[in-house]
Amino acid sequence: MASLKKVFLNTNPTKDEIKNINIGDIVYLNGSIYTAREGIYKKVLEEHADLPLELPKESATNFHCSPAAVQNENGDFNLGAVTATASFRFSRWIGDWLKISGAKLIIGKGGMSIEDYKQNFVPCGAIYLTTVGYGTGALLGRGVKKVRNLYWKKELGLAQAMWLIDVENFGPFIAESDVLGNSLFERENKKISEKITKAYEGTRPAVLKRFGETSNPEDELI
Amino acid sequence: MIKNSQIYDAAISLMSKAAIEIPDDYLKGLKKASQEEDGDLSNFVLEAMLENYEAAKEDNRAMCGDTGCPRWYVKLGNEAKIEGGPVSLETTLRKATADATVKIPLRPNRVHPLWRTDYDNNVGIGAPEIEYAFEPDGDWIDLITVHKGGLFGTDYRMLFPSDGIEGIKKFFLDTIVAFGKRGLACQPAIIGIGLGGSKDTCMVLGKRAACLRIVGDKNPDPKISMLEEELKDLGNSIGMGAMGFIGKSMVIDCNIEVGYCHTGGMQMSVHAFCLSSRRAVARIHGDGKITYRNNPDWFTDYQRRETVEWQV
Repeated sequence: MASLKKVFLNTNPTKDEIKNINIGDIVYLNGSIYTAREGIYKKVLEEHADLPLELPKESATNFHCSPAAVQNENGDFNLGAVTATASFRFSRWIGDWLKISGAKLIIGKGGMSIEDYKQNFVPCGAIYLTTVGYGTGALLGRGVKKVRNLYWKKELGLAQAMWLIDVENFGPFIAESDVLGNSLFERENKKISEKITKAYEGTRPAVLKRFGETSNPEDELI
Repeated sequence: MIKNSQIYDAAISLMSKAAIEIPDDYLKGLKKASQEEDGDLSNFVLEAMLENYEAAKEDNRAMCGDTGCPRWYVKLGNEAKIEGGPVSLETTLRKATADATVKIPLRPNRVHPLWRTDYDNNVGIGAPEIEYAFEPDGDWIDLITVHKGGLFGTDYRMLFPSDGIEGIKKFFLDTIVAFGKRGLACQPAIIGIGLGGSKDTCMVLGKRAACLRIVGDKNPDPKISMLEEELKDLGNSIGMGAMGFIGKSMVIDCNIEVGYCHTGGMQMSVHAFCLSSRRAVARIHGDGKITYRNNPDWFTDYQRRETVEWQV
């Protein structure tokens, strides 16, 4: 594993720190992160609710995640495992969210499309980190030091609420995009395509076709 | 007479085992895959997962933050007697699901499909699913919980006899390539395949093949067993590994289950049981004793019976 570079980043990274991240780097985080997914995006971007905390001052790292956690009756939190949810579903909100939140790191599962990176991430100087596995929920749970706050629990429920969490050596993540908008997943997909075509030799297309958007296994579906 | 309190205790313990401990058969399969994996990123992912299982066990916390959708498979011996009857059994399993969600904790994944109502306890309309089967001889009940991921890695297609084995291979590849990219299927996975039945039973068979048969298990029909092996090798030959990175570990094992279907059709479903293959099994005996084991032993000769009568 010597070939993979390991990087420790602050959750409010500087421009230079982000510039130095290459796709395929293994990243660990220190600082504060918050969770935000469709519930938060809808509330803030479509219903124009005020952000419940100052962003990006409190954190410039948005985790596409709902933790396995409960709030005890005394207000304390019991947080077990944390894992990301698939990010491609949030494409329609991510551009506006990056602008409003000033987020520099988006963490999730599976990355987003290269169009999202070029159009939305690059102008904002943001990059995408993917969780590993998926998912190393217990390892990530270990990196959580404290739940600092839970916003909109009543309105959105535990899974969609915004969790503000302090983390230490929180990871591992893999850098999926870089400051230029390159994508690790797309690079790997291209390399794999040739072999996939070979695997299809000796198969036969279904006699009853389906209406569909692609029948080419080299295409991306997200 | 099996008491509700015994069912409740076993159910709570199973919920936590399923969420925290990777089953032995899957762990062995993944260790083997990690030894053979030479893609550097894929290998890093497998090593991280192995470390994650250790961390989960040591800290007594769920392996994965998405703790899936808890469901129950209940098998009753023909002579089993349950306090309060089957309704009482169901109420107890629902209660245990809700309580375990808070206690472990699990992620409260279950919401209303339209109103997104979340009771924060994984219980709701039709949730958790509770499925039943019966077995001749025996005063026990087997409780199996499976917390399968709920979003990616599954597909269904109506194939026809003229599609043949080549058509089965094509749809198998279509599904694992589609969901394998970017690792949406959370591979390497146990791939379950349902063949035949009706659309609904085909899905049920495939899901059970993925979740209720262990790694290394073979279908008793030798030709189906050969097809399982062939599809496993095919899946591992596409050059894709964990998270869709270059590699060769897509399929830890492939299990096929069949059911008799319409003479003109050959229904097929594909299901992926992920890197956190959450399942746990217990038997509650007639005298209340609870024993835990790794293998669900769901597909007995009786479950796969072909004839009208069953000779005990």
